[in-house]
Amino acid sequence: MLISSLILGALHAMVPLTITATGEILSERAGVVNIGLEGILLISAFAAVVGAEAGGPLAGLMVGLLTGALLGLIHGIIAVYFRGDQTVSGVGLNILALGVVAIGIVDRWGAAGFHRVERAFRVPPLSTPLGPMSPMVIVTILLAALTWYLLQHTNLGLKIQACGENPAAADAAGVRVERVRLFGAVYAGALTGIAGAYLSIDWLATITENLPAGRGFIALATVVFSRLNPWLAVLGGLIFGFFDSLGLVASTSQALTRVIPYQFIQMMPYVVTLLVVAGVIGRFRAPAASGQPYRRE
Amino acid sequence: MDPRPVEPQELDAITRRERRRQLRAALGGLAEILIALVIGLGVGALVMRGAGYNWRLAYEGLLIGSFGDQWAIADTLASATPLILTGLVFGLSARAGYFNIGAQGQMVVGALAAVAVGAHLSAPPVVAVTLAFLASALAGAIWALPPAFLKATRGVHEVISTIMFNWIAHYTALYLVFNVLNDPRSAERTVRVLPGARLGALIPGADMTAAIFVAVGVAVFMYWLLWHSPWGYEMRIAGLNPSALRYAGANPLWSVNLTFILAGLAAGLAGATQIIGRPPTYALYGDLSNVRNLGFDGIAVALIGRNHPLGIILAAIFIGAMGAGARMMQIMAGVPLDMVRIVHGTVIIALAAPEAWTLLGKFLGRARARRAPAPPAPAKTVHR
Repeated sequence: MLISSLILGALHAMVPLTITATGEILSERAGVVNIGLEGILLISAFAAVVGAEAGGPLAGLMVGLLTGALLGLIHGIIAVYFRGDQTVSGVGLNILALGVVAIGIVDRWGAAGFHRVERAFRVPPLSTPLGPMSPMVIVTILLAALTWYLLQHTNLGLKIQACGENPAAADAAGVRVERVRLFGAVYAGALTGIAGAYLSIDWLATITENLPAGRGFIALATVVFSRLNPWLAVLGGLIFGFFDSLGLVASTSQALTRVIPYQFIQMMPYVVTLLVVAGVIGRFRAPAASGQPYRRE
Repeated sequence: MDPRPVEPQELDAITRRERRRQLRAALGGLAEILIALVIGLGVGALVMRGAGYNWRLAYEGLLIGSFGDQWAIADTLASATPLILTGLVFGLSARAGYFNIGAQGQMVVGALAAVAVGAHLSAPPVVAVTLAFLASALAGAIWALPPAFLKATRGVHEVISTIMFNWIAHYTALYLVFNVLNDPRSAERTVRVLPGARLGALIPGADMTAAIFVAVGVAVFMYWLLWHSPWGYEMRIAGLNPSALRYAGANPLWSVNLTFILAGLAAGLAGATQIIGRPPTYALYGDLSNVRNLGFDGIAVALIGRNHPLGIILAAIFIGAMGAGARMMQIMAGVPLDMVRIVHGTVIIALAAPEAWTLLGKFLGRARARRAPAPPAPAKTVHR
């Protein structure tokens, strides 16, 4: 019973981390870094609830995806065409999200800070031998596979990697660097949008002012862990997700919270993230031109 | 090399030209900030209109609440006090080339230290206040060390490590507030600091205390450090070109640590200003609401102030005014307090892309040229 709930918990906690990380992997391969993932998760989680309450869970997922893609597009335009500071733009997104969602919840449902999503608007779970599981777990694996295939086995993937490593050479070879990079930014935004929708209308079944609670940044750590390989992002998402769900499960167990205060259990995913990132990062090398604007000579 | 010696008048002309160039760059920078502020307020107005609020009334309330009378101005400066310090955390680190967004956690730890020392140490007022400030500065610096160390030795990106330490500080604080520093008489806050460790209101009825002088003092110190000391010179070089610093023989580990420690000191002090320097509570709330988001607002402050200590003071007053005026905005127009965050976020996004304005100008210029009759094209070969 405990084992199966831990396995399911880890799978469910993996979904937002891996989907977000997978999108960001493609974007960073193309040369655009987005530290505003946390903000995109939050805004699209909110938009998805609005969408789901208007047209059902599938509409909610679509609204989340489109919201994320739009925010990714804004970030991409700033990063690629305006040659802006990508980190600053990402921070702006995070702060903007806090305001938009806090106001949005009050404006939409009249109550400040918190809104519960009714079962009818949630993504219906599949029944498995372990218990009810979200279909988004399978979607996550499919998205990781798709992204891996795209990067490793298609012409576009080759262009993406060229734009991240040496945009000048890619440009000389006739690759339209700006478009490829913009595609990367929008792709990361869209996937993060799906992850945000999953948070609100599936896994956590609620929308709050700070729903992602740092998961956007843990996803960034997953990107580092993965060394920009989508399959390793699945593994990283499982590791981080395991401790995330362990915290959720453990903080409800009274026998355990009497020994370890629940605040320290809830701290665990952040501590583990630090330890894992500190352990693996020495061997990581980002694409040479990632995070830098490209300027034609 | 030009063998001809440079005449003094020529040198004068060169200096004058250089000064004029610097002035023009400064004015251009100021214009960028003003445009970003206008865009931020404009988007805020649009959102309020879309949500059905009266945005004119809201901004009127914001203005009255922040600069309407002497109490409002004092409240604005009180809100600006911690923001100056958290702004310096980000600004100083950015000058040295680090994206340190750990002010939030370092400030929370500083606030905890201020409560611990202020509530348990009975000493003469000046000594108690000084010790509380020192303890929180030290706590902030200690909290900043692991990310600096991880950065220097393991190459862990500071964005990830500082955010994780913010969350660890958050949960540590929640634990300490309810289990160690809790007040048996009140469930919603920690013990209050002893009267000797409290800074009193400078204007009765407003929140402003002498803490603002501490914040401004630290800003002046950071200015001196960055532009008039060898350590600051090294830090700025590190920010502009890290490999140049290594070639010059400086130790990058030392540079990271110095930057993060100094930034952590400022963050810790920011926490203390909210505990011993802000009437009437003189304690940390159980939901941490009196230190909520101040570290993140500091990022906005530093970016708007262009990471310059003087700019940070002005930007902190601007953001502080929005914090102080937001209550009046809520009373007059019914707009939720978090509205101001939409303005902050938009301002920052607009600031991220200074080239947008040049591109826009070029685009408009091209459109105008297209409308005007084309001048006869000069015959010349185009090299690409």
